[in-house]
Amino acid sequence: MNEVTFCKLYGNIPLPQLQGYGWVFCEGLTTTLIVGVSCIPFVILLGLLGAWGKLSGNRVARIVAGAYTTVVRGVPELVLILLTYYGITLILQKTLTAIMGEQVLIDIDRFTAGTITLGLIYGAFATEVFRGAYLAVDRGQIEAAKAYGMNRHVAFVRVVMPQMLRFALPGLGNVWLVLIKATALMSVIQLPELMRMTDIAARAVRMPFTFYFAASLLYLSITIVSIWLLHRGERWASRGVRRA
Amino acid sequence: MGGIAVIYENLDKFAYGLILTMELTLISSVIGLLLAVPVALGRLSHNPLIKWPVFGYMFYFRGTPLLVQLFLIYYGSGQFVSQLKALGLWDGMFREAYFCALLTLTLNTAAYTGEILRGAILGVPHGEVEAARAVGMSRFLLLRRVILPRAFRIALPAYTNEFVFLFQATSLVSVITLLDLTGIARDLISETFRSMTIWIFTGAVYCAISYFFFFLFRRIEWRWSGHLRARPGMTVAKAKAAAPDETPVVVTR
Repeated sequence: MNEVTFCKLYGNIPLPQLQGYGWVFCEGLTTTLIVGVSCIPFVILLGLLGAWGKLSGNRVARIVAGAYTTVVRGVPELVLILLTYYGITLILQKTLTAIMGEQVLIDIDRFTAGTITLGLIYGAFATEVFRGAYLAVDRGQIEAAKAYGMNRHVAFVRVVMPQMLRFALPGLGNVWLVLIKATALMSVIQLPELMRMTDIAARAVRMPFTFYFAASLLYLSITIVSIWLLHRGERWASRGVRRA
Repeated sequence: MGGIAVIYENLDKFAYGLILTMELTLISSVIGLLLAVPVALGRLSHNPLIKWPVFGYMFYFRGTPLLVQLFLIYYGSGQFVSQLKALGLWDGMFREAYFCALLTLTLNTAAYTGEILRGAILGVPHGEVEAARAVGMSRFLLLRRVILPRAFRIALPAYTNEFVFLFQATSLVSVITLLDLTGIARDLISETFRSMTIWIFTGAVYCAISYFFFFLFRRIEWRWSGHLRARPGMTVAKAKAAAPDETPVVVTR
């Protein structure tokens, strides 16, 4: 390709060089965002559970939560994704075979497997965020709540939780930014997200640079929009705090 | 337990894979660290012609997935074969998955490390810089003797994470056909279908080495902070008072 076409490539929009494959980006981006967003409740739930386990007086809960974060911190995401993706299928298959008494073959749909896997991985990161946030709440606040006669449950919902949210938000924001980038790894299990769709198109059109570069700019724009939203969210969560 | 036998019989393959993984980690981390110093300084420069391009580089590499960067460099370079050939950068360089993997990992870690270092440089107490200026140090000497040594010490805890993440991120090179630890595992699984055993074994190896690195860096941290610890006969409170507080560095990954 000569320089003139290279300039034309990025000069005019809509890019005719995408050769009608522009829709690939729309579809891929949508799937990426859906996967990312559907992980969030899972991540938050596991994060809260993990943090509770780590902080609880229960020995078993502490050990389980500790093992969970230790393993996730020590093993690469790609390995964890492949392990859980094949692992979940295999375990379900074996249990079902044992229950039904005959050979059962199952194929989990990739979307579910991918969401569960990413949720499991980033739940461990969220665990650390929530643990830190809980510990950052001033002990005096809890004492004051007790002095008012609140029981533990009410004190948590009314006093600790809202403040935890403020302390946890920057950390959760980080988790989200990493999570959305990690969705690209879902392409190895053929989930048709942005990376996978780009891959297919790039091979078909034989313009890998153009397509991967466009995909990378889309990821970058997700990051930019997320950072902006998170910034606004943080301002909202700390609206009652005096700024120095 | 046929799976364990498969692992035992192929231990040599795993060892070769691990060597490639370590090789990629060490080479890209060393070059990345060397690059990170000018990157951090460029980001802190007041010259907009230096500052903004460096900012763009860091933002791009921190804001996009490593997998995309890897594909962009390895497969993407295929779009410019004739130009790269004319420049003599094709054969033995962009054509090789190994070179592309190393280049991507290096550029990626340099961007992250640059950001860590930038935060650390900003965390160097201003009084120390003023004192160094007062004794007449030149800018370069100030950097070499005061700012950078201090910044490296401040950056170490955050850099530990970055290093371990880089080690784990090398597993992605298996996607561009390299036979690192993960690549070997995938290969063996397609041969033997022992996916669970092999993945658990591979994960355990990564996990053990990750924690070994954490341990190693904690030792380095301990050594580098010798002057901040209590001397024999010194109370803990006094030692704490004597130790200046290091600004914690927060990094995204």
